[in-house]
Amino acid sequence: MPEKFDCIVVGAGPAGIACAYELAKAGVKVLLLERGEYPGSKNVMGGVLYRQMMEDVIPEFYKDAPVERPIVEQRFMMMDKESAITFGYKGLEWAREPYNNFTVLRAKFDQWFAGKAVEQGALLINETVVLSCIVENGKVVGVQTDRPDGQLYADVVVLADGVNSLLAKSLGFHKEFKPDEVALATMEILKLDKKVIEDRFNLEEGQGCTIELFGDATKGILGTGFLYTNKDTLSLGVGTLLSGMIKHKLKPHHLLDYVKNHPMVRPYVQGAEPQEYLAHLIPEGGYHSMPKVVGEGVLVVGDAAQLVNAIHREGSNMAMTSGRLAAAAIVEAKAAGDFSEAFLDRYRKELMAGFVGQDLKKYKDSTHHFDKFPQYFEQYIPMMNRAMSQMFTVDGTSKREKQKKIWRDLGSAKEKVKIARDMYRAWKVMK
Amino acid sequence: MSDEAKAQSIEEKQYLLRFNADTKSHLTVLDAEVCMTSCPDKICTIFCPAEVYKWEEIRMHVGYEGCHECGSCRIGCPHQNIKWEYPKGGHGIVFRLG
Repeated sequence: MPEKFDCIVVGAGPAGIACAYELAKAGVKVLLLERGEYPGSKNVMGGVLYRQMMEDVIPEFYKDAPVERPIVEQRFMMMDKESAITFGYKGLEWAREPYNNFTVLRAKFDQWFAGKAVEQGALLINETVVLSCIVENGKVVGVQTDRPDGQLYADVVVLADGVNSLLAKSLGFHKEFKPDEVALATMEILKLDKKVIEDRFNLEEGQGCTIELFGDATKGILGTGFLYTNKDTLSLGVGTLLSGMIKHKLKPHHLLDYVKNHPMVRPYVQGAEPQEYLAHLIPEGGYHSMPKVVGEGVLVVGDAAQLVNAIHREGSNMAMTSGRLAAAAIVEAKAAGDFSEAFLDRYRKELMAGFVGQDLKKYKDSTHHFDKFPQYFEQYIPMMNRAMSQMFTVDGTSKREKQKKIWRDLGSAKEKVKIARDMYRAWKVMK
Repeated sequence: MSDEAKAQSIEEKQYLLRFNADTKSHLTVLDAEVCMTSCPDKICTIFCPAEVYKWEEIRMHVGYEGCHECGSCRIGCPHQNIKWEYPKGGHGIVFRLG
């Protein structure tokens, strides 16, 4: 007779682990399945972990967890070929408790986090792929794994199987994603001496900085690059919508090398030794791409539910919050003895009423908008760079004359109207 | 600049990784004829971040051993001609850091 659990969580990333942790803590018999050799061995992100949502699960985790650096400065670079407009915010309130966010290396962090769930009483089994959900009378009652006699049964199954979520797809919760609903990102971890990192990024000992790269970092294609500081490594990455890579016939690793050698980036990374090269998809379809997240005996969390705010590069926070809310719904369902879709739907309601749903709704049209109108990245960022160059180059031309030239360079009256309309549209999809 | 970062080949990048390859491919081209006759761009050979797909005159070579399991080929194949599964438990890519 196969063993039966209260809950099976498929996938040990931030969403699945948070869910398993909360369930185990509440005394629910939970099994956490991971297909990799260890949790984190298949997981990739740029590297920013948000403190608040992690503390909602484990208070003061940063005293014990393998975090890299607390981020005290977030910079943004609007890049042209050999120039950039940089802005950002640095605040020392982020350098002390309670902190805002941390860089992490996921293979280390996820292992630690999963270990914490195990301490709470969750059973973790690695190296196990879930091939399908076992459905009886329209209800998910367990999972079929790739182990011999691999059926496992539970009252409820949580799908935390990541961006590709083949399981949610096989249940008919979403169709196959289109190339404009996912971003393909590649990243390198580059080893660099601690002190050199602090000097190059203008940091006190132990502090961290993030830089988001727009414009020429993706050769004008919709996407972003990023450069994050870890303890003694840098994470340098770049991603565009998969549709953008296809349209421009771009090799992802060529784009990564292009960013690495970009004159605005190179001084930060030169001499650093590559340690690892990683590729991963990011769900960027947002609200419109969200699958059904609740069914009979089943819930979907994290990337599998497409919970990413691409505009603010947030995802791990949404993952952890969704995992925690799913666990709360399951605890109530267990008390009620009711794992029906109608009962579990409280998870979806809570999720959509909180910051996750609200932010996804706020930016629901943004990816599509910037994808449909490529001029923002292709034309306007270079245009802004030229305007700044003209304004700040002291060459004997009067400032008024310079302003006139910048205005003339925007183009004909018709083109100016188009720019104004684009700015209004951008404000509308972001407001 | 003496220590200017040089462009690395994909082989050099892939060399940084640890793989525990299965003996059997988790990626399958469903209909080889489609690649041959209906797909002049063979775009998977471009956008795959590990260059798993290589066109060899008359057939698509699938170097699944170096796959990052990102899923791009499944979504990006213009003919939905790639069957994409996860490698057997514990197999495939093993990230150590990121």
